[in-house]
Amino acid sequence: MENIRYDLVTALPEMIVLGMAMLILLADLFLKQSNRIAIYALAQLTLFVAAYFTWTTHTPSVGYAFTGAFVDDTMSDVLKLMIYLGTGLLFVYSRQYLQMRNMFCGEFYALVLFAVVGMMIMVSGQSLLTLYIGLELLSLSLYALVALDRDNSRATEAAMKYFVLGALASGMLLYGMSMIYGMTGNLNLSDINHALMNAPMPSQELHAVLILGLVFIVAGLAFKLGAVPFQMWVPDVYEGSPTAMTMLISSVPKIAAFAFIIRMLAQGLQTLAVDWQQMLMIMAVLSIILGNVTAIAQTNLKRMLAYSTISHVGFVLFGLMSASINGFVSALFYIASYVLMTLAGFGIILLLSRKGFEAEQLNDLKGLNQRSPWIAFLMLIVMFSMAGVPPTLGFYAKFTVLQAALQAGYLWLVVFAVLMAVIGAFYYLRIIKLMYFDEPQDFAPIQAPVEMRMVLSLNALALLGIGLMPQWLMSVCGYAVVKSLS
Amino acid sequence: MVEYFTQHLLSFAIWLPILAGILVLFTANDSKPNATRWVALIGSLVSFAVTVPLYTHFNFADGGFQFQEGFQWILTFNINYHLGADGIAVPLILLTSFTTVIVVIAAWEVIEKRVAQYMASFLIMSGLMIGVFSALDAILYYVFWEAMLIPMFLVIGIWGGPNRVYATVKFFLYTLLGSLLMLVAFIYLYHQTGSFEIVDYYKFPMPLNVQTLIFLAFFAAFAVKIPMWPVHTWLPDAHVEAPTGGSVVLAAIALKLGGYSFLRFAMPIAPDAAHHLSGFMISLSLIAIVYIALVALVQKDMKKLIAYSSISHMGFVTLGFFIFNNLGLEGAMVQMVSHGFISAAMFLCVGVLYDRVHSRQIEAYGGVANTMPVFAAFAVLFAMANSGLPGTSGFVGEFMVILGAIQVNFWYAFLASFTLIFGAAYTLWMVKRVFYGEVANQHVATLKDLNKREFLILATLAILVLALGVYPQPLTDMTNATVTQLLSQLSQSKLPAGL
Repeated sequence: MENIRYDLVTALPEMIVLGMAMLILLADLFLKQSNRIAIYALAQLTLFVAAYFTWTTHTPSVGYAFTGAFVDDTMSDVLKLMIYLGTGLLFVYSRQYLQMRNMFCGEFYALVLFAVVGMMIMVSGQSLLTLYIGLELLSLSLYALVALDRDNSRATEAAMKYFVLGALASGMLLYGMSMIYGMTGNLNLSDINHALMNAPMPSQELHAVLILGLVFIVAGLAFKLGAVPFQMWVPDVYEGSPTAMTMLISSVPKIAAFAFIIRMLAQGLQTLAVDWQQMLMIMAVLSIILGNVTAIAQTNLKRMLAYSTISHVGFVLFGLMSASINGFVSALFYIASYVLMTLAGFGIILLLSRKGFEAEQLNDLKGLNQRSPWIAFLMLIVMFSMAGVPPTLGFYAKFTVLQAALQAGYLWLVVFAVLMAVIGAFYYLRIIKLMYFDEPQDFAPIQAPVEMRMVLSLNALALLGIGLMPQWLMSVCGYAVVKSLS
Repeated sequence: MVEYFTQHLLSFAIWLPILAGILVLFTANDSKPNATRWVALIGSLVSFAVTVPLYTHFNFADGGFQFQEGFQWILTFNINYHLGADGIAVPLILLTSFTTVIVVIAAWEVIEKRVAQYMASFLIMSGLMIGVFSALDAILYYVFWEAMLIPMFLVIGIWGGPNRVYATVKFFLYTLLGSLLMLVAFIYLYHQTGSFEIVDYYKFPMPLNVQTLIFLAFFAAFAVKIPMWPVHTWLPDAHVEAPTGGSVVLAAIALKLGGYSFLRFAMPIAPDAAHHLSGFMISLSLIAIVYIALVALVQKDMKKLIAYSSISHMGFVTLGFFIFNNLGLEGAMVQMVSHGFISAAMFLCVGVLYDRVHSRQIEAYGGVANTMPVFAAFAVLFAMANSGLPGTSGFVGEFMVILGAIQVNFWYAFLASFTLIFGAAYTLWMVKRVFYGEVANQHVATLKDLNKREFLILATLAILVLALGVYPQPLTDMTNATVTQLLSQLSQSKLPAGL
């Protein structure tokens, strides 16, 4: 009895979000369109309450629930708080966009909250099954969200692509997990780690099975992250989805994916580090090349950001491949910075969209400085941050990742990565060029709710503010990873 | 209060212009630009005023870092907000804050669109550049160094000439490429020493091959900035397209960032590599001095000509560094400061003509002295200074460097002294074609002579050029102790014992 109580308390935030998502689905049936704003308020309230409970029940110690399948440690709590914050920002930025496109409905909020539950389970997953269930809950919600605007043929096509390739990736992941399970006889990650560490030197064939399983797991994860050579879906899905959904796909789930990788590779398969380090290294290098070089040729803003995401994923893998605490902390710092930048960037794209007009071509940004100097300035910060130019947050993100890789001895890879960063800087500069050096083509006034403008301003200024004082975010990331992994 | 101020002089010098720049942005209103202009002018004057105590409180006998202050900034990586300035930094800081005042006045009526953004860019840039000159922590330095690119990128891109986008992107990417390699070197040093303090790097022994790689990484960053041949190609483009203020700041200060950084980082951190590669560096410097001077000779565009002349003059600076003697180093310092005044003045002169005729081509002019006699007098003075006439500041630096070079190798001095011929040739030939002869066309015939504002800035610069030429003592006194200390530092090998 005591156990059940402990289990339930540990998973309280998940249950709150899940329950509220269902409540929202139900409540939606009884609301008129004019009162639907209540759903929005309810969704925000859900995140707030979940954050409150995550915050107040936080302890620096590690607790296991549900017979060890679910873990509550510093990393899970910190990442969950990041997820709530990111989702909350997403709700603020997307409201007007959804209202103008008849997508402002309970399903959107319920599905996003289901996705949040999925992410929370991934973050806390401590067994192969919980991790997989969390991932599937997240993925299925995202497929449905992309197809939410069902009369939009581009979005439907994107959803199909996303679904087919995503399902393939899930299959690979599951196949790899089954091999690991077969070799170790355990589902629980710490048991798997224990079994692998204490196992007598395995024969060549048995080792090969383990590695094969690892390859499938890494491939599946790379698919979800969008790392080369499993990146094909990323540009198409980014371009086809409604911008609010693109924003979701590209931002918060990366935090959960990070947690998945840490749980899986660093906690479960730590003994195979030498093998997965090499895989991550190859993917990191390829992602940085392809992401940065291909982004130059894009004329569609969303496609460009898709390739930019691929290159950012490459940098995250750069941190992970060091397979050291320093590397994991730097990767988390990079992810956190990336999510803040991406939310602000897409937030501005949403701000410039209006009824019947999607600001998704690069040329739609032309002369923004003359239309609205303030918004152009915010976008300037976001772009320089993505390019990694100090004093913005993006610089420290690249800095931490590079120093981790250099500490692990990859000097020449670091030199290579900075050369690629210069190529990357070019297409971010092009956006600034369009905003500041060109004459506007579009003179429509920019309409946006006050709260969106304010939150967006804070979000973009945070990139500068944290850039001037990056210590606290670094401390938070260090706290999250160090306490959980040592 | 006064005590707080004197203990944080450098912080005030950095952050006052930046805050003034932000303040200027809030006055943005293009229909009433005068308010913006006055705020910018007062901001730049106050910012200049707070750097003056750096001179008056300077201890001339001390070659180390003065005015030090700091706190722990990023604990995770042991990064400190650590500022300090020595005898080679203080003159350049003063040059920076002074040039900003000049730039603000020079832009007074010339810039009509987006005045606030223009003025703010220069004020913020001024603070960032002072940050570069006074940072004693590698990452802090790097942040200032890179952040400075952002306002310059916007200045060239928004207010520049027809080919401005190409020029500004080239400028940005060139500089970024070099700086990122420097960042890798910093991170490497951090993992070796556990610190980002520059002073800790000075003491850290390294084998020659490591020193060479580190030196080359720094070289990538600084050679681009100076710029040295053959990575100079961004400079003529950027200068030609930039508005007058942008050219002035680029030539007067931005190039000095590279020269200063050689003295602060590359040479003391990797002294053995610096000695080892000195032949290479001297060759590049001599190529810049001789070959680039010849390139300048054939230019048809006045700004391009001055840009190439800048590269040629900066060749003297690097030559002075890498002959490793007192005369050479002090001469290089004098040359940097003097070039700051002269190139600023030359670009302002071109700006005066461009504002009236809207052409930078030499052939669009002729006989300007007939219609603008006062202006012609100034222009000829600065041209003489640029070609190194004794009595002007241009002579002092070049003469000291040549004297230093002759102690090392006669042929270095021989080749370097060609500049006195070529420099005179390209500068005076330009002056002849633009100012003398018959009045060339209708535009020139209707030119109006300098107004009070233009007279004020050119006269100030003329006084400084002559003062430094006749009496360079205050400057050399300031640099002397630091240069001596630096040279003794450079003469000690940092190779680990037994190698």
